[in-house]
Amino acid sequence: MAVTGAVMLLYLLAHMLGNLKIFFGRESFDEYAHWLRSIGVPALHGAWLLWIMRALLLAAVVLHAASAYQLSRRDLRARPQKYSHRQRLEASYAVNTMRYGGIIIGLFIIYHLLDFTALTLNRNGVEGAAYDNVVSSFSVWWVTLFYIIAMLALGLHIHHGFWSAARTLGVHSAAREKNLKAVATVLAVLLSAGFMVVPIAVLAGLVD
Amino acid sequence: MDVRAPRDEPTALEGAPTVNLTLRIWRQRGPEDRGAMVTYDLPDVSPDMSFLEMLDVLNERLILEGEDPVAFDHDCREGICGACGVVINGQAHGPRDRTTTCQLHMRSFNDGDVIDVEPWRAGAFPVVRDLVVDRSSFDRIIGAGGYISVVTGSAPEAHSTPVPKPVADAAFDNATCIGCGACVAACPNGSSMLFTSAKVTHLNLLPQGAPERETRVRNMVEAMDAEGFGGCTNTGECTVACPKGIPLTSIGNLNREYLRAVTRR
Ligand code: HEM
Ligand code: SF4
Ligand code: FES
Repeated sequence: MAVTGAVMLLYLLAHMLGNLKIFFGRESFDEYAHWLRSIGVPALHGAWLLWIMRALLLAAVVLHAASAYQLSRRDLRARPQKYSHRQRLEASYAVNTMRYGGIIIGLFIIYHLLDFTALTLNRNGVEGAAYDNVVSSFSVWWVTLFYIIAMLALGLHIHHGFWSAARTLGVHSAAREKNLKAVATVLAVLLSAGFMVVPIAVLAGLVD
Repeated sequence: MDVRAPRDEPTALEGAPTVNLTLRIWRQRGPEDRGAMVTYDLPDVSPDMSFLEMLDVLNERLILEGEDPVAFDHDCREGICGACGVVINGQAHGPRDRTTTCQLHMRSFNDGDVIDVEPWRAGAFPVVRDLVVDRSSFDRIIGAGGYISVVTGSAPEAHSTPVPKPVADAAFDNATCIGCGACVAACPNGSSMLFTSAKVTHLNLLPQGAPERETRVRNMVEAMDAEGFGGCTNTGECTVACPKGIPLTSIGNLNREYLRAVTRR
C-alpha cells in the first residue's frame, strides 16, 4: 500500500503542476499535452515514455486497490462481533474514510480517463485540443462538483496515507513525527487545492 | 442450608454520597452461546469502589438471587497483571487515561449513568464466558520470540553489559506493557501491532536481545499474522487505550526492525 501510494503521489504532484499550465493559455497547455506524448524522443519513439508511465501507474493503482481489498477483508475478519457501544477517540475523519474515499477516487479515475484521455465522455472531444476539452467539461456545473468532491476525498486520503506510509516504511520516529505530519498536511492541501483551481477557474469564467 | 438474606445496609459508608447506576453487561454462557447485553440496576454504589469491586457487589447480589454471577477476569487488582480488561462505554479499560479496569474507580462515573460493559472483541480473543476472553494468542506471539535465550543460574554482574541510559529508558518504557490486550480491543482493525511492537522494541533495543534480533521480529510478526489479528492502518486508537502509554512510535520501530530483518535474510 505504501509503495504504490508513493508512486501515485509522485505522479499526482507532477500532474497537478502540469495542469496549472492551463493558466498560461491555450497554446501553452496544448503544447504541454503534446510534449507529454513525445518525451524522450529521439532516444525513445513517440509516446513510448507516456505508455511506460501509463503501465506503471496502472500497476500502482491496481496493486493499491488489490491490497486495500485484502487488508480490509483481513481487518473485518479480525473483529467478527462488533461492539454494541463503540467509540473512536483518536482516529480522524481522514482515517475513518480511507476505504470510502479510496472508492470515490477510484471511480473518479475511471470517469477522468473517459473524460480527458479516451475522450468518450468529453463534450468537445478533439484529440490534441486538451485546453478546449478541459474547458468544455468543467463548464458543466455537476462535472466540476464531482471533481471537487473527488479532490476533497483525495486530500483526506493523502493526509492520512502519507503519514501512515511513513510509519509502515519505518521512516517514522518520535523526532520526525511533527515534521511528517506537517508534510502530510502540506501535500494534502497543495494537491487538493492545486487540482481544484482548474475546474473552479473554468466555471468562474477565468479560463475559457 | 441457610442462605443469608440480602443485606439491606447500604454498600457505602453511612452518610457518604453514593451513585445509582444502570449496567448493561454482555452475558454469554460459553464460546458457542450467541450472547446479549443484559440490564441490571445497581443502586448505592460507593464512589470509592473500584470498577471490579462494583462488579463484585453486583455478583454477590446475583448469587443471592440464585443467578449466575458475571464472569470477569482479574488477578492483581493493582494494574500490573493485565488480566482485568473490559470495554466500558466503548472504551477499553474505561474513561480514565492510562488506567486499567481494576484501577478505575466509580468516582469516574455520575449518578444515573448507564454503563455498557463488554468483553474485548477480536477473533483472536474468543469469549470464554461473559467478559472473559482467551488471550492465549498473545502467549503464542511471546513464545515465537518475546524472550532472550540465556543460560540460567546465578545472575551475571549487571555492569558487565553496559547499556546507555537513553536506550535503557526506551527499552524500559516498552517493557511496561502488561499484555492486557486493550490495544487490540480498541483498534478498529483488531490489530495487535502495539503489543508486538512493545515486545520487539523492548528486547531488540538491548544488547541481551541482539543475538536474536532478526529472528525475533520475523517470528513474532509471523505468529501475530497466523493468529488472525487485523492489519495496522495507523489509526492511533491503540495508544490512547493502552494503560501503559506505549507510544505509536514503537509500531514504526517494529516496521523498521522487520524491514531490516527481511532485507538481511
Ligand atoms: C481536477 C483536477 C484534474 C485535472 C484538471 C486533470 C486533467 C487531466 C488531463 C487534461 C489529462 C489528460 C492529459 C493528456 O492530454 O494526456 C489527465 C490525465 C490523467 N489524470 Fe488527471 N486531472 C486532474 C486530477 C487527477 C487526479 C486527482 C488523478 C488521480 C487520482 C488523475 C489521474 C490522471 C490519470 C491517471 C491520467 C491519465 C494519464 C494517461 O494518459 O495515462 N488526475 N488529467
Ligand atoms: S501495548 Fe498497552 S494496551 Fe497493548 S497489551 Fe501492552 S499494555 Fe496492553
Ligand atoms: S487485575 Fe491485574 S491489571 Fe487489573
